[in-house]
Amino acid sequence: MGAFDFNVIVKALPLLWEGMQVTLLLTALGILGGIALGIVLAVMRLSRSRLFRNLAGAYVDLLRSLPLVLLIFWFYFLVPIAVGHPVGGFYSAVIGFILFEAAYFCEIIRSGIEGVRRGQVMAGLASGLTQAQCMRFIILPQAFRAMLPVLLMQSINVFKSTSLVYVIGLRDFLTAADLIGGRDNRLTEMYLLVAVVFFVICWTASQAVGLLQRRIAP
Amino acid sequence: MITLEHLSKWYGSTQVLDDCSTQIEKGEVVVICGPSGSGKSTLIKCVNGLEPFQKGTISVDGISVGDPATNLPKLRSRIGMVFQSFELYPHMSVVGNICLAQLHVLKRSEDAARARALELLDRVGLRSHADRFPSTLSGGQQQRVAIARALALDPIAMLFDEPTSALDPEMINEVLDVMTELAKDGMTMVVVTHEMGFARRVADRVLFMDAGAIVEDAKTAAFFDKPVSERAARFLSKILHH
Repeated sequence: MGAFDFNVIVKALPLLWEGMQVTLLLTALGILGGIALGIVLAVMRLSRSRLFRNLAGAYVDLLRSLPLVLLIFWFYFLVPIAVGHPVGGFYSAVIGFILFEAAYFCEIIRSGIEGVRRGQVMAGLASGLTQAQCMRFIILPQAFRAMLPVLLMQSINVFKSTSLVYVIGLRDFLTAADLIGGRDNRLTEMYLLVAVVFFVICWTASQAVGLLQRRIAP
Repeated sequence: MITLEHLSKWYGSTQVLDDCSTQIEKGEVVVICGPSGSGKSTLIKCVNGLEPFQKGTISVDGISVGDPATNLPKLRSRIGMVFQSFELYPHMSVVGNICLAQLHVLKRSEDAARARALELLDRVGLRSHADRFPSTLSGGQQQRVAIARALALDPIAMLFDEPTSALDPEMINEVLDVMTELAKDGMTMVVVTHEMGFARRVADRVLFMDAGAIVEDAKTAAFFDKPVSERAARFLSKILHH
């Protein structure tokens, strides 16, 4: 294999960047979709309707009890059957991520919402706002401030988890590095690079979250 | 304007309101007092439907609060409410607090809402604090903002739920002064409070509650001179003689 060769990395950069774009896109869609579905689930879990509460509760319990890899596999094989034509690894991975992460985001959002004092809603309702308006103007903005650090930490987790799409051969950052490493017989360089990149991004992000947390703390 | 008839309420099997009836006329100031846990706050929250009740009726300006067909948000927007713990929205400026329901309930324009907010802040002596956040204000200032917030909707009546109970003693008067002004202007007010000095000076009538029931419903002077019920007499002697 020989000595550590930086040239290998430089030459691989274009392909690695393509992989990184897949990773970033997957992360962004997973976070946005996960939070959107998470809000819906959280509202269901907090609703007065027992049916909604139980449905959302069962969903969260189920999804949190399954490994993400399994979900990615399932959607890779099941979504094409369900929609009747192949949708490609990327879309099935996106769907899998959104459904999986929504369960976690739901719990974060729910605890954020439950942390807002009951009196705040009372004040909103007393002024003639509807439940939905109270949610939108009074509860969610406060809840989001409280849960922002946790949401961001979970988002960093999503970023790391995207490497699991390796199992369906989707060419994300890790897979791209692995392919190049295998092709050029330079796995050491590639795996080290992947580790460094993930570390730098995640560490910087968590430092930023820590900073933010200190700033918004009352 | 506000009529309660045979109002009863239970939390599970515990009865918290017991056959409460009274009538509050337009422009009247009614103080509700009584020991803690006697149902005062619950009663006042039934008036604008924040608390559901199981028996009896409440009507406000001819509209039945308990009727499922009643548009509760619309009715509530016509009744101002001030809470013990202020409940200003911490993520909005003072002016933002006062504008929120004006914008989204009354559908006023930004300009009109802001103008009304500033006018009311003037009235409660806090115009210079318009763009500050609630957490930077003292308790007394927060409660005055809360009063301005309720007044911004041009309510036909105001409900006060122990508005000074969470305040440091030196801030109580600034809030009571605003309330006294309001009463002088002819606002219909229902005030749950332990401030007997305020009751004596400002109230037209006093309701005394005990164990979920209205035990005494009398003109202010009569209530303080000669309470009919023994329970109210004992309460007064405890609260006034120290």
